[in-house]
Amino acid sequence: MMEKTMRKALLAALIAALAAGCTPKDDDEKGDPVVIEERGEGGDATTGGAQTGSDTTAEGANLSGTGGMAALDDPASPLSKRVFYFDFDRHEVPEEDRAALSAHAAHLAANPALTVVVEGHADERGSREYNLALGERRAKAVASLLKLQGAAGSQLQVISFGEERAVAPEHDEAAWRLNRRVELLYSGN
Amino acid sequence: MKRILGFLCLLLALPVANARLTIEITQGSEGALPIAIAPFVMQGVETVHDQDAPAGVIAADLARSGRFAPLPIDTIPAQANGPDFAYWRQAGVENLVLGRLRPGAAAGEMALEFQLFDVSSGGQLAGYRMAVPRGLLRHTAHRVSDVIYEKLIGERGAFTTHIAYITVGDKDGERRHHLAVADADGFNEQVILSSSRPLMSPVWSPDGRRLAYVSFEEGRSMVYVQEVASGRREVVAQHPGLNSAPAFSPNGKHLALTLSKDGNPEIYLLRLSDKTLTRLTHSFAIDTEAEWAPDGRSLVFTSDRGGRPQIYRLALDGSLKPQGRPQRLTFEGDYNARARFSPDGTRLALVHGEGGRYRIGLFDIERSSLRLLTDTRLDESPSFAPNGAMVIYATEVNHRGVLAAASVEGNGRQRLGGSGVDVREPAWSPYTPRNGQ
Repeated sequence: MMEKTMRKALLAALIAALAAGCTPKDDDEKGDPVVIEERGEGGDATTGGAQTGSDTTAEGANLSGTGGMAALDDPASPLSKRVFYFDFDRHEVPEEDRAALSAHAAHLAANPALTVVVEGHADERGSREYNLALGERRAKAVASLLKLQGAAGSQLQVISFGEERAVAPEHDEAAWRLNRRVELLYSGN
Repeated sequence: MKRILGFLCLLLALPVANARLTIEITQGSEGALPIAIAPFVMQGVETVHDQDAPAGVIAADLARSGRFAPLPIDTIPAQANGPDFAYWRQAGVENLVLGRLRPGAAAGEMALEFQLFDVSSGGQLAGYRMAVPRGLLRHTAHRVSDVIYEKLIGERGAFTTHIAYITVGDKDGERRHHLAVADADGFNEQVILSSSRPLMSPVWSPDGRRLAYVSFEEGRSMVYVQEVASGRREVVAQHPGLNSAPAFSPNGKHLALTLSKDGNPEIYLLRLSDKTLTRLTHSFAIDTEAEWAPDGRSLVFTSDRGGRPQIYRLALDGSLKPQGRPQRLTFEGDYNARARFSPDGTRLALVHGEGGRYRIGLFDIERSSLRLLTDTRLDESPSFAPNGAMVIYATEVNHRGVLAAASVEGNGRQRLGGSGVDVREPAWSPYTPRNGQ
């Protein structure tokens, strides 16, 4: 895997070098676009949040063999709830979700090798940057509940995507309700 | 190796030759000046693409401004024997533009000549001859629009400026986020950054040469500054937590930005030369979306320290140190966010939420009064044209993200949409040395 990552990095560097050497075809007012591909797994937890990249799927398949991850796959377990929804412009975790979060906290405490990305999201209404901050505030509310109940701070990574990664593309309350969320994205080794 | 090199270069250059935004005028203006722009006479030059024909470009520019009502070009008779003022007076037109294209001084160049007439007196108000460098016919036509606008409205035109924006679309089953720049009329779109992960918050440097933006390419938000011409870029903020909402200071030496590295989102000042950080706000609330007053002596920002998002203003001294506590500016409605200053510093364009609708408002700072500029329901990201005459913003039409622009005077509206992509977060460029006269 290391080697693959290295190769990818080398290729990316080569492409960047080539791009820098290219002469724009006509109007030289603007340079060539910078192209960023989804980065490979690279072992960093930050890629765990990706919902679209095929690399993320591969990561999940690798990890499902471990004991801590297997429990997450049991639909009867409270751990199967890994998405938590919020009211508009609010960041309080609903009362009925507290039990599931307690189960996640206990699970993290019992499996110190597990890490989780706590990913905050907002619906599309209002300004994007405020929503980015709101998504972080929601993720932090969830992270602090997890910490209060035994998860170690080092197991948690808070990331906000604001309204940039909606799961429901429509522009109505039914969609907005699904988009105002915090997702727990587990990985471990 | 050389052939492979060439192939790769071609690949990378592909997104540049491409799509463009289409413009639709959705609402004309009351009190717009009727003007006729006759098709330009071609004298010894090859025909030009219909979409680049100067009369059409100029008419579209003037119509978009909301201040003019150009006659449809196909209704305009040929003016072979000079202007027939009697005809135009009868047609109710106040001004007439005649022009021609002829071979220029250098090979491949053309020369554009035009005259602007006052129909009632028959007098010439302006007459210019301009060199048309190869490939810059549209640009030259925009310069003509600038001259006409300035002569008749008395303010500088902004037709040769640019816009930056984000597009999001699916290509081959994969989501692509683009940062693009285009002419102010949506033509000549050029993608300057492409990523499978979200991009947001593009802002121009005051000299129009750089863009700062937020990219999630590393899996979380980081702030970058990129040179538009070369594509060269650097990360300027990658602290733990949010790195977002960049805004260049008027002298281009600092960025105001939002970081949450110390707990919750606060506004910081970043000196670009050495990356020195100074924290400007201190509250337990969300403080974000900083914007500099044109004189550099204050910042406005969004904060929910009062319970809901509202606009606050923080005064700065000559060395950019905060003076006193931030003062709340907006009180009307339950949501006011992401303010942008008008170029003269007297007004803010902002996102105003009330009754579940989010519209663009114009807030007069001195009078503390708000006027709504739009009447749709999911409007965001307003940005003033550098002459202050128009505000471009993002909205949603038929489930698509599109850009729209509204004239500050006269209620003219237009829409700029991409085909098959969501377009969002427009940022209108400042005047740059290149498009100065």
